[in-house]
Formats: sequence, structure tokens, C-alpha cells
Amino acid sequence: MLRSLSCNGVVMTNSFTIPDFVLASPEIFLLSMACLVLVADLFISEKNRVLTYVLAQLSLLGTLILTIYVAPAEATYTFSGTYVSDPMGTLLKTAIYFITASVFLYSRSYLMDRDIFKGEYYVLGLFGVLGMMIMVSAHNFLTIYLGLELLSLSLYAMVAFHKESMQASEAAMKYFILGAIASGMLLYGMSMFYGATGTLDLGELATAIQGKESNDIVLIFGLVFVIVGLAFKLGAVPFHMWVPDVYHGAPTSVTMFISSAPKIAGFALFMRLLAEGMADMHAGWQDMLVILSVLSLAVGNIIALAQTNLKRMLAYSTISHVGFILLGILAGTTDGYSASMFYIITYAATAMAAFALIIILSKRGSEADELDNLKGLSKRSPWIAFMMLLLMFSMTGVPPTVGFYAKLLVLQAIVNIDMVWLAIVAVGFSVIGAFYYLRVIKMMFFDEADSVEPLEVSAEMNVMFSANSLAVLFVGLFPGALMAVCIAALA
Amino acid sequence: MSELFDTVWGWGEFVWSFQIVQIVLGIVALMVPLMLCVAYLTFAERKIIGYMQVRIGPNRVGFFGYKLWGLGQPIADAVKLMFKEIIIPTKANKFLFLMAPVISLATALAAWAVIPLNDFLGIADEVNAGLLFVLAITSLGVYGVIIAGWSSNSKYAFLGAMRSSAQIVAYEIAMGFALVGVLIAAGSLNLREIVEAQQGNLGFLDWFWLPLLPLFVVYFISGVAETNRAPFDVAEGESEIVAGFHVDYSGMAFAVFFLAEYANMILIAALTAIMFAGGWYTPFPAAMVPDGIFGLLIGSGIHWFVIKTAFFLIFFLWFRATFPRYRYDQIMRLGWKVFIPITIVWLLVVAVMVLANVGPWFD
Amino acid sequence: MIEQISFYVFAGLLIFAASMVITMRNPVHSALFLVMAFFNAAALWLLLEAEFLAITLVLVYVGAVMVLFLFVIMMLDIDVARLRDGFARYLPIAAVVAVIMAIEMILVVGPEHFGLAQFAEPARHASDYSNTKELGNLLYTVYLYPFEIAAAILLVAIVAAIALTMRRRDGTRHQKIEEQIAVKAPDRVRVVKMASESNEAGE
Repeated sequence: MLRSLSCNGVVMTNSFTIPDFVLASPEIFLLSMACLVLVADLFISEKNRVLTYVLAQLSLLGTLILTIYVAPAEATYTFSGTYVSDPMGTLLKTAIYFITASVFLYSRSYLMDRDIFKGEYYVLGLFGVLGMMIMVSAHNFLTIYLGLELLSLSLYAMVAFHKESMQASEAAMKYFILGAIASGMLLYGMSMFYGATGTLDLGELATAIQGKESNDIVLIFGLVFVIVGLAFKLGAVPFHMWVPDVYHGAPTSVTMFISSAPKIAGFALFMRLLAEGMADMHAGWQDMLVILSVLSLAVGNIIALAQTNLKRMLAYSTISHVGFILLGILAGTTDGYSASMFYIITYAATAMAAFALIIILSKRGSEADELDNLKGLSKRSPWIAFMMLLLMFSMTGVPPTVGFYAKLLVLQAIVNIDMVWLAIVAVGFSVIGAFYYLRVIKMMFFDEADSVEPLEVSAEMNVMFSANSLAVLFVGLFPGALMAVCIAALA
Repeated sequence: MSELFDTVWGWGEFVWSFQIVQIVLGIVALMVPLMLCVAYLTFAERKIIGYMQVRIGPNRVGFFGYKLWGLGQPIADAVKLMFKEIIIPTKANKFLFLMAPVISLATALAAWAVIPLNDFLGIADEVNAGLLFVLAITSLGVYGVIIAGWSSNSKYAFLGAMRSSAQIVAYEIAMGFALVGVLIAAGSLNLREIVEAQQGNLGFLDWFWLPLLPLFVVYFISGVAETNRAPFDVAEGESEIVAGFHVDYSGMAFAVFFLAEYANMILIAALTAIMFAGGWYTPFPAAMVPDGIFGLLIGSGIHWFVIKTAFFLIFFLWFRATFPRYRYDQIMRLGWKVFIPITIVWLLVVAVMVLANVGPWFD
Repeated sequence: MIEQISFYVFAGLLIFAASMVITMRNPVHSALFLVMAFFNAAALWLLLEAEFLAITLVLVYVGAVMVLFLFVIMMLDIDVARLRDGFARYLPIAAVVAVIMAIEMILVVGPEHFGLAQFAEPARHASDYSNTKELGNLLYTVYLYPFEIAAAILLVAIVAAIALTMRRRDGTRHQKIEEQIAVKAPDRVRVVKMASESNEAGE
């Protein structure tokens, strides 16, 4: 299905048609709004800074409405085939808006406590969202790369946003340098494809590859570099080195952002490049993804056991979840893709909530990102502890939370293509992973707390956190609706 | 060309060498008058500023015992500088120290390659990216200053180089944007076609200075800044950092810097004449130009190009005589916060004017 | 013939300059050799009839980027010897990686895959062909969308750079131009009217 869609996006160099701006109106609107927020922020005084926040949320809301309003029923191409709007894009973009809006909501108090409640934070966040939208809607090597750079650049700056923090600056440097290398790899791979096929358009690429031999060395060489670049950005082993350091060093509100929405965009990148553009090289990239995913599952789950810092632990947990997401993609079937999509969306929401807990626990001037900070949480706030229990269950994959269902779908897809051994490996590492998630629960419910003072949570945070965690339970109980949407988006 | 070269070896070689000789002769024919102009520009500067300040200026050195209002002064200066020793400071990087003035002069002269003198004269005036070439070459002039400042191994020279590089980078952007306006108006990057786009029956009203007035002003002031002339001469700033980047230069090395500065002035004036003041076209309306000898004088021709260049050169001297030096932060503010926004806004205006075919320039 | 000679001359100089960039002891010399490398690369592009790219390379990289580069390098006191401390230690690994890379490159980027057999020789353009015009046409039509994204990236870069480096320090003195212009004579000079006191003083 995906293949047949992608053949329409032909770049016409001779006859140029005026692009359909309505189709891209969400992007155009968000860009204008980001610029507006940037300028408006100059005129907002320090004590009314919350207006910037409101404006940013309104921009996301407006973009959401526009996205749904102009969404076409089937894949439509414009801007000479560099832009595609299809149901998958609409779904992923919607998820990105919701996640980003929640991140903005969670991070407000955190930023205020640390005196980094600045307009630029939201501007960069909005530009990051714009980058993700461009990636999701990309149908050309150029737009993929530029969207990725727009996102990455915003994220680098956001990581370093807390200027007084040496840790944050160090994390930003590492992120920047490794990210730049990854971009270089990706570009190099793309240039190989361009050299071999003479096109940058993903639809044309798919047709051009069809005529080539499957072991064309230039294509394989390009594929390796493209996948290395993508793996870097998504944080798959062995290209995961930046993940723990960046997650640990960045301000928690930024870690929350990095760990959620960009992963969805990363998934879109895999879909556009591999599933659409290089569908005929499936055999080639399947093998590479198998290696990446097994390594990610192994390293992520095993090293997470040794962590004493909650952020680092969640970083390794992300790596292992990336392994699962790759499993669904490497299956190369619509089932696998939709399972991965379900997985990535629900995982993003779960991870975001887990980081929200760190924000809830931390006080002005101190971070609460050590595992020890969780000790005896059930005595300080039973409700929050229960919510965290749900999240940890979901990450482990305990029914009836959504994590269970997501894992099940991915494993099903893998078994369907007769790779039972891979499913067994994945389950095995999940069992190992269960240990450290359950350790968190043990600390919250059975360890003695250092202080027994009740946890103060603002109403706003409490409602959002509870809603988020309960959603994890609810979608787990009734996964049908979201699953149907995911399947419909790819059908 | 190369096929000819391959098939008929002897004939091809002949054609080839003939072309090279032709090019070299062309370069010499352009450079010799240009260097004379540079020499006499220094003289003109001293004289004109002298009159502005109610002095007489140099009036002693003449030829063969005649004073001739001091016309021999630049020649005497040149001879003097040629015979002075070039002192190389201790621990200076000798190679770079001597390269710096050469780079300065070379870039100032290389840009002349694409400049059309009238409707048929010029060295490589058919290059279709002439405007870009001029921009690129003039942006290189700063290397002479930077390398001189660094290789002199001296604090003052280094400070001058730093100031100069920041200033030139800032003004290059405004300058580039101003030229984009010219490009939009003329629809070509070739300098001859830019001049030809300013042809019309109304004389000087047809030139681009009128529709592009803000860009014209910005371009000219940026040009003054690019050449490190007063009031933007913080790179030299004799009252603060002695003489800036060339404080350690003496003799001919210093003279070459001096020549480069004046050659750059002439270049900027010539470019202004080409891009905003109609190059070699006559300022008189076509109806006023009669036939015959008198018509040749009043009608379009290379002499008008020279006159316009001289006209803009006077401004350089006038600025130097009247304005106090800018403070460094003021220079930066003017470049980044005033000029760049002005040029960007006017680019939009020009684009609209071109689209709307506003006469008499764009119809 | 002339083209081939100039290609080899420029390519040779390019390789020479590029290797000098990484072997020079003085970082300023390295930067200057990088400038030379850019020039030769621009010359090669000119031979490819890409005059816009060639001139832009000189204009942007040589004329602006490298100037700022030199600006910074000249002010830093970089001890290159210290930077090269681990050079000998890492050399074997680096050499192995380099050899592997070279072999791969030769395998992939060779005439076998990118030679004249695969791609027809590009046609020469007439002398009035303007590479700049063609590029402009493409950029503002077919590649409009990527072009606009690139603009957004630059904007983000500016915002990020300013957000990360600008800090308001107390006690610095700023010139407030608008206040200076708006100033009126009464703000500066107080004209005091007072009764004459000359009677006693005069005596």
C-alpha cells in the first residue's frame, strides 16, 4: 500500500505548478505563530511571562485544529513532491501536538523555580515541533534532513538552556557534537542514494530502486550510513552513547521533551525513508535493524539495572524501548508498522509522565532525580505513588496497562513473519528489564523515607499527572480505538 | 578553443599565445592609468582637504624647476618610499608580513577585471556573474588587514586588525543587500547589462540612484566603511592605536598599503557610478544631445564614467575633512541595526516596483 | 587541454593546502591554508560551470566565515603541541580506520559506479548560460519548501545563540539613543531667575 502511494510525488523540473499552500497550512501557521511568540515575548514584561506560555499553547491548539481540518483522506503531495500529507502524518502530528502541549504544561513550574521561565524556551519548543512536523510530512531527502536539523538545533539549545548549570552545558556539547556527526552520516548516505539513483524524491527513489540489483554496493553503502544516522538520532545501540548523558544533564523539562515527541518524529523518519523510499531494499535493512534492536534490548535493559539515577535509568529504559519499536518496523508489514506506531505513541506518553514525577518531586533549587528520592513515596503521597506504579507497570509490560498491549502487538508482528527467535529474545530481555522497574515500585512502597513530610503538589500538576497516568491504564484496558486509528492511518 | 588547440597545433598555439598577449596588454592598459590615478588621488586629497581647511596644501614639488602647483609631489613621495628600508619587526612572520600588503593591493586591482569602462571596453566584462565576482573579491581585501595585524606581532596592529575584520564583516552584509537591490532592478549580474538597464531618454533621472535611493546611500556609506576611510577608520585610529594594522610597516610595504587604500576608493566610486549613476551614460536627456563634436562631448562615453567616478571620490575626501571618527560600538550599531533593516525593507519596495513596472526605470 | 591542465593544477593545490591545514603547527597558518583550499575548490567548481557556487564559496566562506574564524583563533593562545599529545598513541587505530575508509571509498566511489558508463557526459552549456539564474529558478519554485525551512533553521540558530549567550549584567552602561534624542534643553540646563544682588557687591 505504502509503495503504491509514493509513486505520485514526481518532481517536475520543467513544468512547475503552484504548490497547494492549504495543505501545508499547519506548518505555515505554526511558523508564523512561533515568530509571533518570539516578537510578542519582547513586549511582555517579566511578571506577565505566563502570557508567552499561553500563546505557545494556543499556537499548538490552532495548529492541531488546522491539521485536522485540512487533513486529506489519502496521501496528497505538494511543493513539487517535497511535502506529503497523509493519514499517518496527521495521526503522528496530532500525537506530537498533544505530547508537546503536555510537556509545556508540566514544565512551567519547573522553569519558574529555576528562573529559566523565558520566552525563548517556548519559541524553541515550537520550532522543534515545526521540525518534527516537517519530518513527518517529508517526502524528499532534503526536507527530511532539514526538518531533522530544525528539530535538533532547537533541542541542542533547549538542553543548554539552563546557563548556570555546567552539567547542562556539557550535555548540550555532547549532544551537539554527536548529533552533528549523525547528521553527517545521514547526509553521506543520502548522497550515495542520490548518486546511485539521481533523485532526492522518495517516490522516485522507490521506483529507481526497483530496477536496481538488490546487492548494488552503492545502495547498500548508502543504506548503512542512512541507518547509522537514524539510529544515532533515535538512540539505538551501538549509537546510544549520548542518550544517558543528555537525559541526565538536561533540565528535566527538556529531558521530558526529548524523550517523548522527537521519538515519534524519529519513527516517522524510519517510515518515510525505509518503508516508503526503500521498500524494495527491505531484506537489506531488516538485517541491520535486527542487530540494532537486539543490541538495544540487551544494552538498555542490562545497563539500566546498574543505575542509581532515575533520569539515567529512564534513559536506558528508552534505549530498550527503541529496540522494541525497531522490531515492529523491521517486520516490514502493515501490522508491524501499526504496532510500532501504537508503541511509540503510548510510550511517549508514558515516558513523559515518568519524567513529570521527577518534576513533581523536585523542589526549588534541587533536583530529585536520584532513585533514593523515591523512597517511601507511598507514605508521602499515596495517590502519586499509585500513579507512578501504573507507569512502571506500563513500561514493564504488565497487563492491563497499555505497555503490555503495545509489546504484544509488536511481538505478534514479529512472529507473523516467522522470526520467533527474535520474539523470544525480546521477551527475555523484557523480563530482565522488569527487575529495575519493579525496584522503583519497591522503593516507593516498601522502603523507609528519609523525610515523611507530605508531598506538596499543585492542583494543575496533580490533575495532569493523574490524567496522564490513568490514560496509560485506560488505553491498556480499551486499546481498540487507538489501535484502529493506527491501522487506519497506514491502510 | 581546445579542439583548435589539439587539431592544428601550431596555429592553435599561435591563437592561444595571441590571446594571452592581448589579455596582458589589456591589463597593462587599464592598470597604468589606474595607478597614476591612485598617485594623483593622494595629491588631490591633500589639496582638496587643504582648501576645505583654508590651507594651500602641497605646492612646492614640480618638474624641471617649475612648481606646477605641486604636481610632482606624488612622484617624489613614491621615489622616497621606494628607497626607504622595509623594517621587519622581531618575531614577526616574515612571509605573511610581506604578503599582507600584496594581498590588499591585489584584491583592490583584481575587481577591475569585470568592470566595463564603456559599451565595449573592459577586460573580462562579459562575465555573467560580474556583480558576484566584485562582491567576492572586495570581501577578500580584509585579509590584507588581518594578516598584517597578526604577523606584525604588535598589540596595536592586532587591535586594528580585529576592529577591521568585525567592521568589514558587518558592512559587507549591508553592501551585499544593497547590491541585491541593484540586481533586482537590472535583472542581471553582468555589470555592463546593469549599466544598460539604466539607459533612457531622461538622462540622469533614468539611473538607479532615484528608485534605489536608500540602497544607494547605504551602499556608498558601506563602501566608505569597507575601505576603512574616515569616519570609519577605527582600524587605523591614529589617536588610539597609533596607526592600527600598518603601524609596523615602512618603506615600500607601507606604500603598497597606501596604494591599496586609494585603489579601493576608486573601485568603490567606480562601482557606485556603474550601479547607481548610469556608468558611461550622459546625464543629459537624449533630446539635448546635439550631433557633431559637441554631441560627442555631451553624449554618452567613457569620459562620463571618469567624471562620475571622480565625483564620488570627492565625497570620500569631503567626509574625511568634515566628520569626526565614529566610536567602535556606534559603527557596529549603524551597520547591524540601521543599514541592514533599511536594505531589507527597500528590497521589498524594489521588488514591488519592478513587478508593478514603475516608470521610467522598470517599464 | 587547458581545462585539464587547470583541473590538475587546482586539484593538486587543493590537496596540498588541505594536507597543510591538518599538519601545520600554527593554527593561524592552518586557517590560512584552509582559505587557500577554499579558493582552489572554488576554481574547480568554476571548471564545472557552477560559477554561482564557486563565487559564493569565496564570498561566504572566505570573505566572512574564515574572517571570523581567524578573528577567534588569533585571539586564542592555542597550544597545538598539547593538543597533539595523544597523536602517536592513537595513530595505529586512526590508520586502520583511515585505510578501511579509503578502501570502502575506492570500492564505492569509483568509475565502476559513477563513471561515464553509468552517467552520460553532461552537455556543455552555451556561453550565455547563467548558472545563477538556473539556481534561482529552481530554488524559488521546485525547492521552495526546503528553502523556506532552511530560513527557519537559520532563525532558530540566531535565537538559540542569543538565548544562550546574552545575559544582562548589572552596572554596565548603555547608551540610550532614543533618550538622548528626546532630551530637551530644560532637562539639561536649569535657568534660575534670581534677584539682583549687585548693590552691596558693587561697592
